[in-house]
Amino acid sequence: MSLANRQSNLSGHVLEVSELSKRYGDVSAVERLSFTVARGEIVGLLGVNGAGKTTTINMILGVLAPSTGQILIEGYDIAHQRSQALARTNFAAVYAPLPGNLTVSENLKIFGLIYGIPKLKQKIAELLQHFQLERFAHTRCGVLSSGEQTRVALAKAMLNQPDLLLLDEPTASLDPATAREIRAQIRDFAASKTGGVLWTSHNMNEVEAVCDRVLFVSKGRILLQGDPKTLSVEQGYSSLEDLFIAVAREPLQDSLESRKS
Amino acid sequence: MKVSRLWAIVLRQFYLLRGSPVRVIPLFAWAAIDIVLWGFISKYLGTVTEPGFNAVSVFLGAILLWDFFGRVMQGVTTAFFEDVWSRNFLNLFASPLTIPDYVGGLVLVSIATSAIGLVVMLLLAGGLFGLSFLTYGLHFLPFVLILFLFGIALGIFGSGLVLRFGPASEWLIWPIPSLLSPFVGVFYPLETLPGWMRAVSYTLPPSYVFEAMRALVVGQTPPAGHLWLATALAGFDILLAGWYFNAVYQHAVRTGLIARYSAESLS
Repeated sequence: MSLANRQSNLSGHVLEVSELSKRYGDVSAVERLSFTVARGEIVGLLGVNGAGKTTTINMILGVLAPSTGQILIEGYDIAHQRSQALARTNFAAVYAPLPGNLTVSENLKIFGLIYGIPKLKQKIAELLQHFQLERFAHTRCGVLSSGEQTRVALAKAMLNQPDLLLLDEPTASLDPATAREIRAQIRDFAASKTGGVLWTSHNMNEVEAVCDRVLFVSKGRILLQGDPKTLSVEQGYSSLEDLFIAVAREPLQDSLESRKS
Repeated sequence: MKVSRLWAIVLRQFYLLRGSPVRVIPLFAWAAIDIVLWGFISKYLGTVTEPGFNAVSVFLGAILLWDFFGRVMQGVTTAFFEDVWSRNFLNLFASPLTIPDYVGGLVLVSIATSAIGLVVMLLLAGGLFGLSFLTYGLHFLPFVLILFLFGIALGIFGSGLVLRFGPASEWLIWPIPSLLSPFVGVFYPLETLPGWMRAVSYTLPPSYVFEAMRALVVGQTPPAGHLWLATALAGFDILLAGWYFNAVYQHAVRTGLIARYSAESLS
């Protein structure tokens, strides 16, 4: 597919999601979701379990076809230019560990080849150093701790210097020190303006510390969005966590309306 | 198809074999046992059948070719199962890897692993039991090609079945060669079969290989048209299997099966 087929990306958004829906029969998992992620931006996708976050991420990753709507990654439509779009994307998720029967280096080499990374040996050496994985280079992934496996997953996610980085609860099951380290690395990635990040997490302190913008999703729809440092106050809650709980417990729109009034 | 992506799939299997020698043994062990067992059975049959009947060429040659077919099929399915067992689909299919890249990689793996099995079988059959493939002459090449193509087709089809019905359906795949063997006449002429079974046989490319092999052993020339027909059938089967795998993949993307496969693989 030539560049001519790429849709113009003058907006500067690495990700543009328009009117995205996913229905399973009568059940709507995601309902007309529209949002963008800009280069250098970290956007938090928040919501209770079953809100539609992972469904949305799976659609962006091309492993789940939307019922309606469009996803553009750097101007490439995932529905029609899957390989081009995914060559500019990468992800890390706790539920998608790298094969445990291969070593860290072997996994990075295989995925480096899949993503067509030039000077792969050098790239792997840089990533091993950056994520402090050098001493595990020849260790099988299956015997690493959760924190080490997360670092390996992030190293794999950085192989292609993605324009769009998707992180589904990357710090779940990590100790506070490791989680802080991971957050710092993601912040550095965004600050370098290499790409944008879409991040899901249930840790509201983390979201407040890391994300530039948050999207609250409930029943497959975006109910609220804004700056995580000010959104809770704007909505009349003392913290992001209180706002999250309100979203989780109540029919939100009604709740927010009454709260505001 | 991109060479680097094909190579990635091949390299994954190489690393698995290198990291676990136990995985290397099945590449030739069962085939070697079959050759030894059938070598002795053939030798014994050679002593109780009519003079001039070359039991070694008929039976041992047949088991060698049939085992090769099984190795080819398992070469594809085992490489595919490695991704099932390690819950790797999300990592693979959420990457630029395409279905032709992935399936092409599985086929290359099968070429490598089945070649190892074939070489070991040829050495054992020739060294221990004097089976000479000069008996089959140049026909040996189309025999191997047809069985290889059909093995690839069944391997892709079997992988599609497991992708569609989940890891538990793996048990459906292993017996496929055994289910087919009565129909393809590995050890007996097709005319031995009842009409309805023979009708099935004519749709299966290996049937033509084993008929041709028996014709050669008794000094006849097998009809060339039959081997061309078998090659065309096997080619058609590959296209059909590729279409099926792709259709299953598209279904899996529509329904979210790929995304759910990781979790379901745990059950």
